[in-house]
Amino acid sequence: MTDWVDLGVRLALVLAAFLVVPLLVGQVEHKAMAHMQGRVGPMYAGAFHGWAQLVADGVKFVQKEDVVPAAADRTVFKIAPAVALLPYLVALLVIPVGPGLVGQDLGVGLFFVLAVMGVGVIGSLMGGWSSANKFSLLGGIRVAAQLMAYELPFVLAAASVAMAAGTLSLTGIVQAWEPWWLLWQGIAAVVFFVAGLAEVQRPPFDMPVADAEIVFGPYTEYGGLRFALFILAEYAGIVVLSALTTVLFLGGWHGPWEDQLGWLWTLLKVLAVSFVVIWVRVAYPRLREDQLQRFAWQGLVPLALLQLAITAVGVVAW
Amino acid sequence: MVSVPGSGLLKGLAVTLRQMTRRSVTAHYPDALPELPPRSRGVIALIEENCTSCMLCARECPAWCIYIDSHKDVIPATTEGGKDKTRNVLDRFAIDFSICMYCSICVEACPFDALHWSPEFEYAELDIRELTHEKDRLREWMWTVPPPVALDPHAEPAKEIGVAEKAAVRRPTAPGDPS
Ligand code: SF4
Ligand code: SF4
Repeated sequence: MTDWVDLGVRLALVLAAFLVVPLLVGQVEHKAMAHMQGRVGPMYAGAFHGWAQLVADGVKFVQKEDVVPAAADRTVFKIAPAVALLPYLVALLVIPVGPGLVGQDLGVGLFFVLAVMGVGVIGSLMGGWSSANKFSLLGGIRVAAQLMAYELPFVLAAASVAMAAGTLSLTGIVQAWEPWWLLWQGIAAVVFFVAGLAEVQRPPFDMPVADAEIVFGPYTEYGGLRFALFILAEYAGIVVLSALTTVLFLGGWHGPWEDQLGWLWTLLKVLAVSFVVIWVRVAYPRLREDQLQRFAWQGLVPLALLQLAITAVGVVAW
Repeated sequence: MVSVPGSGLLKGLAVTLRQMTRRSVTAHYPDALPELPPRSRGVIALIEENCTSCMLCARECPAWCIYIDSHKDVIPATTEGGKDKTRNVLDRFAIDFSICMYCSICVEACPFDALHWSPEFEYAELDIRELTHEKDRLREWMWTVPPPVALDPHAEPAKEIGVAEKAAVRRPTAPGDPS
């Protein structure tokens, strides 16, 4: 009985975090991005500096008409946003927040998270294909190409840290983590973060949605709540990517008084990494399709392989 | 100069981060009114008293958006056997701001300085027909016309002043002058 209560509480907490943290990231994006561009950002919704802007956006999205194009593949079109969003919720379940503070500790946690994150992109592909629109299709194909290119360095970099820790369990990786890994696994950390950015299609890797060229890629035909779900999926993706980067490479809950304040350290690190995601968006222009592919295959993959070799040498030597 | 690969990327990040710590430059328009330069072309104001209904502005206006109606008043002669005088009275002066293209030709053309630019710009209407503003409304904007900009320190004096001064200098040598 207590097991069930325990599980229920954990699920509720993860769900709450899933609903709150992406909004927080979104709000930070509104504000930080605005100030980086010399403007003020949304100011009116809510009392203090427009804190309720995203809530207001949500209300607005809910009110909008639910449109499905006549030629669309209705079922696929309708479930695509859920397919894009849910994997991130599932991924959050296994990410440890503090010592013993985890939705569900899995022995193969890393493997599970990477597999589940791959599913999220299927949602974009489904939307792109089922919309029966050339822009959506083009966007969908770009998503596919990008996914193929960046999944490899993403997984290789994660494999490196798993090899170093000698375990696939996320909790185990955090426990095995030591500060000097920042240097030892530094390349993998950068590769993982950058490839992850491409996985969640954030600028400068937002070629698939390129709003200026192909309208909004796979999401062109979406409106109202379904569109909001895609946007939420993007922010949830940022949170999951930041959380994974934190857990794998930045030592998760490690920090002063980690037994009591571990969750706070994790949260702070996740928010810091999320901030970098936003920061990078403002600082860099969008990559062209060929640059994007070249960067993945000629830049990130060799780096990830190099890191793998270094890690292997390190593990054998010590 | 040796350039480290990736240094440009870092520089980009530094620029955005520095910008984030600065005050933003957004004008909070409806809350705070913008400070417009004195020569802003907001809306055209009219001093009715200066206007002689000469129609020059209406004729020069490329958009044909100035409407003038006037009639002549007869002023009876003050002396016995004198001639009656006539005077133009302005009945209607309206500008249709939905057609006006703010070219300023009317303001330049008016020989009596009856038209001026006011920086006021909030005169939108819900119906396009109401953008034709009549002379009382144009007169009200006269209060918002800023004083003319001061001349540059070493600029030539304004034309009117220059002519008057030259005339004053010329006078002593003018024929018939007592001096
Ligand atoms: S500004 Fe130009 S268009 Fe407008 S009323 Fe004057 S002359 Fe006509
Ligand atoms: S040019 Fe000047 S004086 Fe003549 S009608 Fe127009 S506003 Fe009046």
